[in-house]
Amino acid sequence: MAEPLLEVRDLKVSFRTEDGIVRAVDGISFTVDEGEVVGIVGESGSGKSVTMMSVMRLITDPNVIYQGEILYKGRNLMQVSRDAMREVRGEEIAMIFQDPMTSLNPVYTVGWQIEEQLNEHYDLKKGQARRRASELLAQVGIPRPEQRIDDYPHQFSGGMRQRVMIALALSCNPDLLIADEPTTALDVTIQAQILELIKDLRRDFGSAVVLITHDLGVVADIADRILVMYAGRIVEEGNKEQIFYDPQHPYTWGLLGSIARLDRPKARRLTAIAGQPPSLINRPKGCSFRPRCPQAFDRCRAEDPQLTVKVGDGHLDACHLSVEDKRARRDATISPELADTA
Amino acid sequence: MAVFEPEAELATLDTEEFGGEVVGRSPWALAGRRLVRNKLAIAAVIVFVLIVAVSFAAPLYASHIAHTNPFESNLSGTFQQNGKTVQVIQQGAGKLGLGETPVGPTWHAKYLLGADNQGRDVSARVLYGGRASLEIGIGSAVLASLLAVVFGLIAGFFGGWTDAFLSRLMDLIWAFPVYLLAISLATVLLTAPNGLRIGFVHLSASSLWVPLTIIGVIYVPYVFRPIRGQVLSLREREFVEAAIAQGASNARLIFSEILPNVASTVVVLLPLMIATTILTESALSYLSIGVQPPNASWGTVIQDGQGLLYTRPWVAIAPGIMIVLTVLALNVLGDGLRDALDPRSKLRMKG
Amino acid sequence: MATFIVRRVLWLVVVLFAVSVLVFLIFFATPGVDPARQMAGRNPTAETIKNIKHEFGLDRPLPVQYGLMMKHIFVSRDLISYGSHTKVIPEILSAAPVTLSLVFGAAVIWIVFSILTGLAAAVFRGTVIDPLLMILALIGISIPVFWLGEVVNLVTQSRLHGFFLFSWVPPLGYTPFTQDPLLWFEGLVFPWLTLSVLYIGFYARVLRANLIETENEDYVRTARAKGISERRVLLRHTLRTSMITFVSLFGLDFGVLVGGGALLTEVVFGLPGVGLLTYHSLTSLDLPVIMTTVIYGAFFITLASALVDLVYAWLDPRVRPA
Repeated sequence: MAEPLLEVRDLKVSFRTEDGIVRAVDGISFTVDEGEVVGIVGESGSGKSVTMMSVMRLITDPNVIYQGEILYKGRNLMQVSRDAMREVRGEEIAMIFQDPMTSLNPVYTVGWQIEEQLNEHYDLKKGQARRRASELLAQVGIPRPEQRIDDYPHQFSGGMRQRVMIALALSCNPDLLIADEPTTALDVTIQAQILELIKDLRRDFGSAVVLITHDLGVVADIADRILVMYAGRIVEEGNKEQIFYDPQHPYTWGLLGSIARLDRPKARRLTAIAGQPPSLINRPKGCSFRPRCPQAFDRCRAEDPQLTVKVGDGHLDACHLSVEDKRARRDATISPELADTA
Repeated sequence: MAVFEPEAELATLDTEEFGGEVVGRSPWALAGRRLVRNKLAIAAVIVFVLIVAVSFAAPLYASHIAHTNPFESNLSGTFQQNGKTVQVIQQGAGKLGLGETPVGPTWHAKYLLGADNQGRDVSARVLYGGRASLEIGIGSAVLASLLAVVFGLIAGFFGGWTDAFLSRLMDLIWAFPVYLLAISLATVLLTAPNGLRIGFVHLSASSLWVPLTIIGVIYVPYVFRPIRGQVLSLREREFVEAAIAQGASNARLIFSEILPNVASTVVVLLPLMIATTILTESALSYLSIGVQPPNASWGTVIQDGQGLLYTRPWVAIAPGIMIVLTVLALNVLGDGLRDALDPRSKLRMKG
Repeated sequence: MATFIVRRVLWLVVVLFAVSVLVFLIFFATPGVDPARQMAGRNPTAETIKNIKHEFGLDRPLPVQYGLMMKHIFVSRDLISYGSHTKVIPEILSAAPVTLSLVFGAAVIWIVFSILTGLAAAVFRGTVIDPLLMILALIGISIPVFWLGEVVNLVTQSRLHGFFLFSWVPPLGYTPFTQDPLLWFEGLVFPWLTLSVLYIGFYARVLRANLIETENEDYVRTARAKGISERRVLLRHTLRTSMITFVSLFGLDFGVLVGGGALLTEVVFGLPGVGLLTYHSLTSLDLPVIMTTVIYGAFFITLASALVDLVYAWLDPRVRPA
């Protein structure tokens, strides 16, 4: 098998704060292959953004502490020089952020902001960068790009602005596109359009995509593989079918239970996961999800579950329950109708 | 939203058990804790309290240590130093051997910093001056803040024409050069031969209330603007709308929903305002239109020392150092309060 | 754009009217204040005061007096000073270059040094340099400018005047640029520095706070994600947007200073500028001069705030009219 595009090995990211060390990301490993779409799902504070920000080395907080390796095309990004890192950013790995309202500089035209990136990475003649920027705007579906190129971000709607962000991110044909909650700040109808756009562009540009979201519904359609994060760790990993039709970790059940689904015949109550995410400062012994987990038993308090393959090929989870137990309890408690489709 | 914000918020929930109860602390208690941790701010509080204490102890210093009346000229006086009799005002002590020069710093209890050209003890005058400067500075800052809070609440809460009128009025005062307005008012009040009579209030020209009121009034817009802005945005906030939905009266909205939230702004602005008003008072007094004789303030002592600058520089230097220390302490304290009360502050104040 | 200008001009007229009426009332309608008595010198007879009142029109109704004064300022431009009996407007015009020289030079110094200080503090955040610079800035805004001027005079004019560093400093006063450019410059160096200290401190603090606030903005993160160099992120993104506040404040302060706000510096260094002229006229109740200088000052302040709004729109596309 070919070397993965991105390989994260035992990454730990912590922040020194007044109250102690916050372990935002606590030892996670995963890979992203070329052209693959990976969804990272988890609630706020689960460490999903911090992980991908670390890949870009975009965390500017001086109190950050990193451990582990981030291998991109075999190179450890944790160790490359600042200048080499700058060449990676934008050109090799690009990023789209959550809030298109604030992610573009309000005092420059959108054209200027795309051209700035092009000029940073390529030796372009005057006019070339502008032509390319205009093409990109057309590609992301902005009407009349030749005119809109001289508009300022505030003259665009939210959805259009996110399109501009995508044009910006794709301007240098990156091999990896990180989309951090790209649809969260948008209206539902616009969300679908943006997701569709990302899907289409991935095909045209051939980039791998890491899609960060708190909403499993967002990745349902687009992701090849899904990582579920909880409290700075990956609790379940698998392909789309595995996660949606045979979820192993009780936390994943919870996430699935909280999606409103129109394709289900029966009106069903949406279930919520009780309680709050744990403190990332004093992580007590045992499973991090235990205090919120209705299925917890003695072993969960004593022993920290490891992420291992338990069910099938490439399907990993971190839960002490046996596979049979899990399936039985899941089908009984969370969503009985899953059993029909599994 | 900052990337690690969720983590940072979690950091404050140091619960023993996952999902346990989060101990609520009042924002004021949290601010107090943050302020106490700020060593610089604590040092500033200590310096300021010391300056206030020694200034208000001025009469004790004058009568028990310096044994002098700093408001009485002492042109022909003498005192004992190292067993010798020294003239307070020395004839021909200057470089050219001409004129009269007051005694310089003795660095002893009597005439510690020397005398001014009236033969008065400078150190005692600096302390008395400090008392007046602090009274005026604190008084006018409090006056300006009170007026500004009242106007700001009215303008921000009622909006519409009330707001337009008050805001334009403040803009007008703003358009007036601060010093020129103060000077105009001061000149007029001070030249009125029998003081000023407005109704039953009688202000004599030498009263400290004159500079206090003038300075208090001219700085109202400086506090008014941030307060009004805050009230305007608070009015749109959910908790105020919730109170309105519950049928709260205007008075309740103002006093129990909005005022407590404005209070932190005032607390942050107050030390900065006092710093500003002390500087303004000293400037007016330096121009001879602030504190009037027989009273002294730091500004008037600097003014007294101007003529002696090249021969007896300490007369002018000493009160200036006191001003710098006081104002610096207040500014540091203001910064500390702002950081403590509102770590993500957007408050900014013109110095 | 046209409506903007019309609104601003109207506001300017309102301000000038209100300010002049206010000044007029302060000096004429305050009980116990009598400019005629002030002009008459010591122990005047009732007859003298009456004559003076008549001569200067002070015995006429207040609105008439006000109207006459405005006519002399704006229409015939021949208002006469009570004190020196000379025309007021030429007097102000001859004082203006002094103030402009002082304020322009100080502004150049304070812009350069406050930007450098603010940038350095923000860039070196987390090291000792930042708190050190910010304490220096705080000291700068805590020093009374007139006292600093006196200390500067003490050092450069007296104590260390013999020392080669300060021996070139000319005596206090002002030499017009047209008369001797070198002397003009030498005489203004220390007034410039003295006046700029407060503003360097203040602007450095404002800029640093803005830089740090902007540093947390999402678009700065976007800029980094684009692979732009740290220097370019700082100058083209963080600093560029932070300058919006800086420039607005600068416009207002500059207006205030040109309008006579540099008074204390002018007094302490003996510079015969507008501020000093106003001060002298105020203390001698020379109402025509007061009136003209205050109108002049308010004019500059209001003009500056209108210009600031224009520049603001130029700097921040979000507030530009579509």
